[in-house]
Amino acid sequence: MRGLAILLAFSLLGLMLQELTGVPLPGNVIGLVLFSICLFAGWIKLHWVEPTANFLLRHLMLLFAPFVVGTMAHWDTMRDNWPAVLGSVVGGTMIVLISSGWTSQALRRENA
Amino acid sequence: MTTLSQSPLFGVGITVIAYVLGLALRKRIAWAHPLFICAGTLILFLTLANISYEDYRQGGDLIIFFLQPATVALGVPLYKHSHAIRRQWRGIVAAVLVGAVVGLASSAGIVWLLGGSRDLIISTMPKSVTAPIALELSQMLGGERELTAVLTVLTGLVGSMFGPWVLKRVGVRSDESIGAAIGTASHGIGTARIIRDSELQGAVGGVSMALCGIATAIFTIPLYYWLR
Repeated sequence: MRGLAILLAFSLLGLMLQELTGVPLPGNVIGLVLFSICLFAGWIKLHWVEPTANFLLRHLMLLFAPFVVGTMAHWDTMRDNWPAVLGSVVGGTMIVLISSGWTSQALRRENA
Repeated sequence: MTTLSQSPLFGVGITVIAYVLGLALRKRIAWAHPLFICAGTLILFLTLANISYEDYRQGGDLIIFFLQPATVALGVPLYKHSHAIRRQWRGIVAAVLVGAVVGLASSAGIVWLLGGSRDLIISTMPKSVTAPIALELSQMLGGERELTAVLTVLTGLVGSMFGPWVLKRVGVRSDESIGAAIGTASHGIGTARIIRDSELQGAVGGVSMALCGIATAIFTIPLYYWLR
């Protein structure tokens, strides 16, 4: 439970900062940055948060499920524009995927 | 019956059950995708039982809530694999920058070629980026937030379903590169898939997803002025 409390605390902190400063980043991304800094600085010990974090991340797909279900509410729009939707979602995604992947692989550093 | 389907317990219950079924199926069939099965089953069930999405949302929203601490939790694999990430930082940053530009251009280009309306073109552009940022960008450029939300989710799903397979086919094999590509192209949903295979892939995915969101937001600024 301590792990969850820490994660929630940083989410909250990030949200507060986002509202105060108007930074164009989601609150929980700000929280992620702050949390990471605290981990690296040793202010937060890994074993405090690791079990909870691992559990949440292992089941990240579950947390996205309601969003995917939500697409059914827009069935009409998708059906009306299906070539464009299909083309961009499948084709576009693959283009981005491959170009990013190749770029990263090409710049890869091996050995020492 | 109506009251039951409107209770949060209903939404949460069926989602978790469907998800566990998806996981179980994956143990038997290697190519089964738990999220696709989970969501597909739910959509089928809700449609057949004539239950509205609004009713489901009572429970669905409770599950989505946990994405808040889960996003922060990405700091853990980031910390544990910081050495590997730092070593390949050039590749990761380059992948993100390339992906951000290609993402905006290819989405707009494909939709335009296939005869989509201006609304659709604009709404499609931020779809590779994580949802909260994508929605903001869409709104800023004059697109439809709801439509962008759908496209973003589908992009994530498609990328998470076929991404790893496609990448291996085109010669992208290293964990860091896979993570960078998936995080850039299909954000959180893609990362959710790969983090189960490899913590390193998930860590890089998380980093890439965040960086790509920022990069795309920055590249959108000139677009904003151009489109006005």
